[in-house]
Amino acid sequence: MATFIGCVMLSNLSIAVETEIRPARPAVQTSGIAVRRAELRVLWRTMLRIRRAEECIAELAEAGQARCPCHLYIGQEAVAAGVCAALRDQDSVWGGHRSHGHYLARGGSLEGLFAEVLGKATGCSGGRGGSMHLLAREVGILGTVPIVAGTVPLAAGAALAYQLRGEPRVACAFFGDGTLEEGHMHETMNLAALYRLPLLLVCENNLYSSHLHWSERRVLDNLHRAGEFHGVPGVRVDGNDVEAVLAAARAAAHRAREGGGPTLIECRTFRFRGHVGPSTDLDVGVKRRDALDAWLEHDPLLRCEECLRALGFEDLDGDTASVEQETGAALAAAEAAPFPEAARVLKHVWSSNPDGPYSPDGARREALCAR
Amino acid sequence: MRALTYAQAIREAHAQLLESDPRVFVVGQGLWSPWYAGGSLEDLDQRFGRARILDSPVSENAVTGLAVGAALAGMRPIVFHPRMDFMLLAMDPIVNQAANWSYLFAGQVQVPLVVRAVVNRGGEQGAQHSQALHAFFMHVPGLKVVMPATPADAKGLLAAAVADPNPVLYVDDRWLYSDSGPVAEDLYITPIGQAAVRRAGTDVTLIGISWMAKLALEAAQQLALEGIDAEVLDLRSLKPWDRPAVLASVRKTGHAVVADPGWHTCGASAEIAATIAQEAFSHLRAPVERVTLPDAPAPTSRTEEQAYYPHAGHIAEAARRALRWRTSGPDQYPEQRSEGPPEQCPEQRPEQRPDRRREEATA
Repeated sequence: MATFIGCVMLSNLSIAVETEIRPARPAVQTSGIAVRRAELRVLWRTMLRIRRAEECIAELAEAGQARCPCHLYIGQEAVAAGVCAALRDQDSVWGGHRSHGHYLARGGSLEGLFAEVLGKATGCSGGRGGSMHLLAREVGILGTVPIVAGTVPLAAGAALAYQLRGEPRVACAFFGDGTLEEGHMHETMNLAALYRLPLLLVCENNLYSSHLHWSERRVLDNLHRAGEFHGVPGVRVDGNDVEAVLAAARAAAHRAREGGGPTLIECRTFRFRGHVGPSTDLDVGVKRRDALDAWLEHDPLLRCEECLRALGFEDLDGDTASVEQETGAALAAAEAAPFPEAARVLKHVWSSNPDGPYSPDGARREALCAR
Repeated sequence: MRALTYAQAIREAHAQLLESDPRVFVVGQGLWSPWYAGGSLEDLDQRFGRARILDSPVSENAVTGLAVGAALAGMRPIVFHPRMDFMLLAMDPIVNQAANWSYLFAGQVQVPLVVRAVVNRGGEQGAQHSQALHAFFMHVPGLKVVMPATPADAKGLLAAAVADPNPVLYVDDRWLYSDSGPVAEDLYITPIGQAAVRRAGTDVTLIGISWMAKLALEAAQQLALEGIDAEVLDLRSLKPWDRPAVLASVRKTGHAVVADPGWHTCGASAEIAATIAQEAFSHLRAPVERVTLPDAPAPTSRTEEQAYYPHAGHIAEAARRALRWRTSGPDQYPEQRSEGPPEQCPEQRPEQRPDRRREEATA
């Protein structure tokens, strides 16, 4: 792991800074190779599935078929894949506006995602949410919504529920670097530390909040230390190194499950597309050409693929083809699915089932059995 | 039936809910304090343990979000805001999250959350310790709002709020805490959305909310001495509110006074008055009267407080004015209801208006 410089002056904001803070490529390791081979391949496949799905959604957006705002995850796949691989089936995941990757890394249905983005009734959120509001309880995606830091206290609340019920589960919140600028993020870190909640706080620092580079929003480049004041330990990892992310998330999940409380993980990464939509934001005047070129060299998929080939995998094309086939079939099904009936518009304002659709374990068990 | 105070009834409801349902827990500020919640939560931490009675840091937003998340994960949290004013810091988890999630995910999730907000008005506490903000929340689809006025309803509506699969804002008022009344010993539910007829009458309908329901009853007693037979409805729930009960009563009496402990403009009384005007127009024999707080923040000094908060006399006078309209017509009261901005609009102090107008005219 490379060392990062902790602080830069605002006037020095430049691509050079980002290049310096970018970790070096990990050397191919040879220890524990049998375990690592199998695991790494699964991670790579997860990332590939996200990448292909996001490229499809970019095309749908370009074609005007997907009309809701789509915040694409391309470039950040290693974060979702690494963290979710450290979680168990019964753990819950909470996200934000850029959460297609989290949903897919948990094993969410491709067809459900495509249909949701297209506004179809068969979407994972019933066609009510669009890209920014995803739900897949059967795989533990308990909700993603775009209010910045909106789901962070909610994840803490789920963690509190697990703690009160004595369940060995953890809740994991994904959020961007802008979230550390929100007050309730800090309130939640304090609560989570105080109550020792089984919570993972995963900050995907892609260096930009919308169009603003971090140095236009903060003086110090020290997000991983944001929890120190509250008693939440933090760690910074190369977010484009899926194994580094997995290792950090495993340690944090273990700590949470053992009653040690929350951990903040800052994953340094970069989104290859713009804040929203398929473009790179170069077209709208965000000055990130050089940074983008540099980060493209560190594409998390290519890095993982290199490792795999070095480990002796020769048959990766088969995986590519099967992901391609799965994506195509899911897209076709989503495109063929019906839109919601207009008459549905006033439904679900109120829940009417007194016990609700959700019995915390019953629903989960049923869903898992059905898989 | 034995009598409890309003505060004791709230406490008993909490205790019985915590006892009967392991999913219930309470989180918020002041829960371990002997005095912070006015006796309404006294010693619950001793009885049920501090894991289920969580006194929290001063983090309204995150604590409310925590409760929303726990509700989504299968619990039945009651999040406690000892002063409703401070709860404004928790608008995101209440409005964006709790209220939206059922709709947002097409009914696949629900948020069985109780947000308990205490209105702590009076006592020279001023603008940020006194506000009754129920109308804000009535505006939001997906939220239910209740405001009990009696000890019996304080207990029954809390039980109903916990049992409800939706987020419910439960607003109780410290002005009612020492009121005493009969409360059944077993846990029971007062249905959300049902008004209570506190006094049957034929001449005018007085619709009261929270402590204004109590004042409406006092006003009805004053009016009875003058031979005016007022019907008093305690609205109890503001969202959904009991339109059938209100409309049936107004269709019977032809006159309506809405007494709301919140502000005038866009207040709960505005919604109710508009509905009556639209749905019972042909039965009305006078414009709907409203008795509310004026459009001003709460003052502190006792002289200004006295002028700021309505009392039963205001409601009685509003009823008389409505009834006079029937016999004398609008000519006796030429001022237009729509004139001027609210702070200049004399109808907020209706009982003073005719006199002041006359003085001004003769000056």
